[in-house]
Amino acid sequence: MAETKLISKVPDGPLAEKWTKRKSEIHLVSPNNKRKLEVIVVGTGLGGASAAATLGELGYNVKVFCISDSPRRAHSIAAQGGINAAKNYQNDNDSVYRLFYDTIKGGDYRAREANVYRLAEVSNDIIDQCVAQGIPFAREYGGYLANRSFGGVQVSRTFYARGQTGQQLLLGAYAALNRQIAAGTVKSYPRHEMLDLVVINGEAKGIIARNLTTGQLERFGAHAVIIATGGYGNTYFLSTNAMNSNGSAAMQCYRKGAYFANPCFAQIHPTCIPVHGEQQCKLTLMSESLRNDGRIWVPKKLEDVAKLRKGEIKPSQIPEEDRDYYLERRYPAFGNLVPRDVASRAAKERCDAGYGVNETGKAVFLDFSEAIQRLGHQRVAERYGNLFEMYQKITDSDPWKEPMMIYPAIHYTMGGIWVDYDLQTTIPGLYAIGEANFSDHGGNRLGASALMQGLADGYFIVPVTIGDYLSHKFAEPKTDVSAPEFDEAEKAVQARIDRLFAINGKTPVDVIHKKLGNIMWDNVGMARDEAGLKKAIAEIKALREEFYRDVQVPGTQFEFNQELEKALRLEDFFDIGELMALDALNRKESCGGHFRVESQTEEGEAKRDDKNYMYVAAWEFKGEGAEPKLHKEPLKYEFIEVKTRNYKD
Amino acid sequence: MEFNLKIWRQKNAKTKGHFETYHIAGIESDASFLEMLDILNEQLIREGVDPVAVERGCKSSGPVSFDHDCREGICGACGLYINGRAHGPDDRVTTCQLFMRHFKDGSTITVEPFRSVAFPVIKDLVVDRSAFDKILQAGGFISVRTGSAQDANAILIGHDKAEKSMDAASCIGCGACVATCKNGSAMLFVAARVSSLALLPQGAPEAAKRAANMVAVMDSLGFGNCTNTRACEIECPKGVSIENIARLNREFLKAHFRDKA
Repeated sequence: MAETKLISKVPDGPLAEKWTKRKSEIHLVSPNNKRKLEVIVVGTGLGGASAAATLGELGYNVKVFCISDSPRRAHSIAAQGGINAAKNYQNDNDSVYRLFYDTIKGGDYRAREANVYRLAEVSNDIIDQCVAQGIPFAREYGGYLANRSFGGVQVSRTFYARGQTGQQLLLGAYAALNRQIAAGTVKSYPRHEMLDLVVINGEAKGIIARNLTTGQLERFGAHAVIIATGGYGNTYFLSTNAMNSNGSAAMQCYRKGAYFANPCFAQIHPTCIPVHGEQQCKLTLMSESLRNDGRIWVPKKLEDVAKLRKGEIKPSQIPEEDRDYYLERRYPAFGNLVPRDVASRAAKERCDAGYGVNETGKAVFLDFSEAIQRLGHQRVAERYGNLFEMYQKITDSDPWKEPMMIYPAIHYTMGGIWVDYDLQTTIPGLYAIGEANFSDHGGNRLGASALMQGLADGYFIVPVTIGDYLSHKFAEPKTDVSAPEFDEAEKAVQARIDRLFAINGKTPVDVIHKKLGNIMWDNVGMARDEAGLKKAIAEIKALREEFYRDVQVPGTQFEFNQELEKALRLEDFFDIGELMALDALNRKESCGGHFRVESQTEEGEAKRDDKNYMYVAAWEFKGEGAEPKLHKEPLKYEFIEVKTRNYKD
Repeated sequence: MEFNLKIWRQKNAKTKGHFETYHIAGIESDASFLEMLDILNEQLIREGVDPVAVERGCKSSGPVSFDHDCREGICGACGLYINGRAHGPDDRVTTCQLFMRHFKDGSTITVEPFRSVAFPVIKDLVVDRSAFDKILQAGGFISVRTGSAQDANAILIGHDKAEKSMDAASCIGCGACVATCKNGSAMLFVAARVSSLALLPQGAPEAAKRAANMVAVMDSLGFGNCTNTRACEIECPKGVSIENIARLNREFLKAHFRDKA
């Protein structure tokens, strides 16, 4: 541990005072100096848009980049269920401490205590901010804000705007961003994709981006760079992520020296629409909020399963006593609202035992009949109407009459770029926020916490902490984009692109990406073991070779070329996939979303190994083809007692 | 299922476009329209490098470019004009949520970009909708600084009012309204934003000014005017109502009279 760069910079003192203490230590930048400083923000989801808008408001010169045609398309838009905050508006004895505690426990004790406490602490400010921006959160009849429950908690602290909470929050951040673009403090570069990070004298100073309309490579300099490019769930090809979501920016930072933390922690969401066939390219999530009122079950009798699969009976014809509400049976204290990792594994367990209810054997029921009886059609429609409609559009089956069918799918990645308490990476001047970093969710993220983290980082944390770094930089001139480091980075990107066109093979990019997805899902999915992980690493290596031998990237660089975009991203997905498998191999415990078959209790529950694995695994790039080096940041729990997660009683 | 696809191909904004027809077979009825296009593209990429296909006269313009992202009907990136309708024959859906079971097996399907003076074609079916961003930059926000807000429950908003604001705020900025309107008007898009904010007490102070500024920029970008044909409302995948246009007009008039006074 001696030469490690992993200094978490967590302030001393009582948990509840750490953030206040850190803020008071941070050097300020005066308004006239802020005007001299430039910041690049890559990504315009909740984290990126809110950070860019807030930094612009503060007076910095901000350049913001996104790959879509507009910042509003970022995948935060698809988050459905809600955003957590410790307001205690329901008077159910909620508090900052409880939100903190639930998040640490939900993350299976693999998140940094101080970061999580701060997240809970600023959660209330986020709701205030969003309401002031005009976000139409759900209201009670008296005009007060409404709440609902989510998995892994016993209070009702989730704020929501129908099943479109992410959309509304993102439109709020995007509006704040638009206001700054109009004010001239932020310059927006849509349809631009970051292809490399430029590091000068060990500090992040800019990026190389490809203009996706013209295909030109462009250089952008700044005093600091913030990465807000989301997660790497699309390594699996089939996921709930948007088609263009990718992990490339994170990989570029990793190759330039930023450590990558806990890559194996990927979240598999229990309530997705099951895979329908070979031609599918994308899985659709049904919001976790459905588990508030929906009950999950499979038949108790295998003969009923057989009849269901043949279409001889409808699920509604199976009598109550022949249904196995397996979550309520196994986890009576939390029932259908256990955390996502627990719910996903339980579904897999039933399906592996032969109780899957569709023709592929990979589906369970999510049933609203009891809720419709209890609440009435109108109240159920108000809460979930658009989700029911979406389900019906996709599956052609009516959830008002028959239960939905669901199955787990890759949804979110808790791992990401390693950051300290200031959200700074191991490269000075490079920050990572939102899903792109690793810091707050440990081994498993609770529902409605991704939106909270993205906005906490973007509105309230990074705009403050980055000041500490920039306060030493205002005397430095603007970054010169003709510096040799920019030449070199651009040349390397150009070489990558030329190499792809030169292959001129026969196989389309997506075909190879699907193969990678299968390797990942089969071996680095819901259950992992040593043999499978080793197999995955070998297979990814072989597939990468096949890619460089046989991929076909049609067209040219200097045009709008989506196949080139996909090929560049797939190169990075190979590296992420390998890193995930390597990290999963190293972590011989079961923990959160990471389930090692070798480490389970007699009842089949995940078995953590705190003695040997209570650390953040941060991987350092050691060159193409070389094994990355593992650094460990020990996790210390000073303020809470580390326990076995128990959702049974 | 199998189909003949008549698809608009255009190299870039400067060149003229044309239709090309392709045959595609083996499509599952549960496949989405964009999954069908993915399969077509795979076919076109393979044909482009297949000497036999090239010999046969397969003129390859390469895979078809189209914007898409979330594929669950919320990001607003996808938007195709299919058989003469924005987002195709099904109601209240985006192109990505349109499924092949809505088409007749063996039929010919015509696919065009969202056409409008204000949405120039970038390539094939991809158009430039940055005009929408420009309109919102002119005032589609509430001027509040980060950190200056009071407690969220200090502002009471009745349940029904919040629901109405939410109805308007459901707009995904896809541009179907513009593509459908014979005048190429962006009134429904502008109205959705103006309305969702004007309905809330937080948005009231700037409501009239917001409407005036956004309409001025809309007019300057080549969008047409509204003649109440209601086509936009029919094709809006999120069901945004033209009642919002009435609310926009009200705010716009308020601004006008206030300037006169």
